[in-house]
Amino acid sequence: MSVLDILVYPDERLRQLSGPVTAFDGALQGKIDSLEETRLAGPGAVGIAAPQTGWFERVLIVDVSGRKKTASHGHLILVNPEITEWEGYAMGREGCLSVPDYTGNVVRAEKIHLDGLDRDGNPLSFDMEGFEARAIQHELDHLDGLLFLDRLVSRRQDLFQRKNYK
Amino acid sequence: MLTLVGKDQPGIVAKVTSALFAAGCNLGETSMIRLGDNFTVMMLVQSADGDTQLREALAPVLKALSLVLHVDPVEAGMHKRPVPDVCILVHGADRTGIVSQVTSYAADAGLNILDLESDVGGTEAEPIYILQIEGVAAQGVDAIRNALTPLQADGVKVEVRPIETMIG
Repeated sequence: MSVLDILVYPDERLRQLSGPVTAFDGALQGKIDSLEETRLAGPGAVGIAAPQTGWFERVLIVDVSGRKKTASHGHLILVNPEITEWEGYAMGREGCLSVPDYTGNVVRAEKIHLDGLDRDGNPLSFDMEGFEARAIQHELDHLDGLLFLDRLVSRRQDLFQRKNYK
Repeated sequence: MLTLVGKDQPGIVAKVTSALFAAGCNLGETSMIRLGDNFTVMMLVQSADGDTQLREALAPVLKALSLVLHVDPVEAGMHKRPVPDVCILVHGADRTGIVSQVTSYAADAGLNILDLESDVGGTEAEPIYILQIEGVAAQGVDAIRNALTPLQADGVKVEVRPIETMIG
């Protein structure tokens, strides 16, 4: 295991589309462990996606269980994740290990249904909402070469718009 | 730090920033916003030249647009943005003292303001005041909420909520 270097915007590699994981072997396990170590080394990061470390496969880690009053499925390692349902939307503030010293408002789905695989290739399925759903959407964007900067909305339009209109 | 104020008209930002670019200046953080009928610009500008050269470079644009310029030397360097963790929203019938009361009570409860915007809306006869603040709650969000609750009694709506920043 080792802490990996984080790619920092405007590094073009962050724009790369990541491909699906096909082999659930020892090499994958080692890379996942390093990815987690890298996330923990990042200040306050609840999530990380493989391409942020220059590893262009569809793997992400999210863990919002350390936050008070936050609905959570615990520590999640997700391989080949896919959002299959979206519901509602909410504005929230995001930052990114790959975009140091900047935070901004982003609109995300309030609730999602997520399918994927665990680190051994077993199927996983979750209904998520709120902060956890936001984290998943942020990390999944990385797998598609997108950053929260691509989805910024004005800081000045935060007012009165936090409620979810369905 | 450059501060520019003048009557609003289309093209101010483009003309001012073009003049700065032509003078070899580098822009940092800026706030450019209309207040009443005025356009106000505050910019952190990096310039190899001194104050005098900067003023000379901007002089034609300032004259053409009737802008007033103020220059303050400030410490250079990469900024480190504190992350706001509390948002305060206040609105109600316009009356004097709202901002003063809200910010004084909040400051006593540990608020460091990073961003404050206020606006007057409604009708001429019954104006309403809208105030938005973002900041860092050194003593926690609840301390600020508790400190501002008494203001509700005066017919002012006060909402204090955490800003949760998802870092991923």
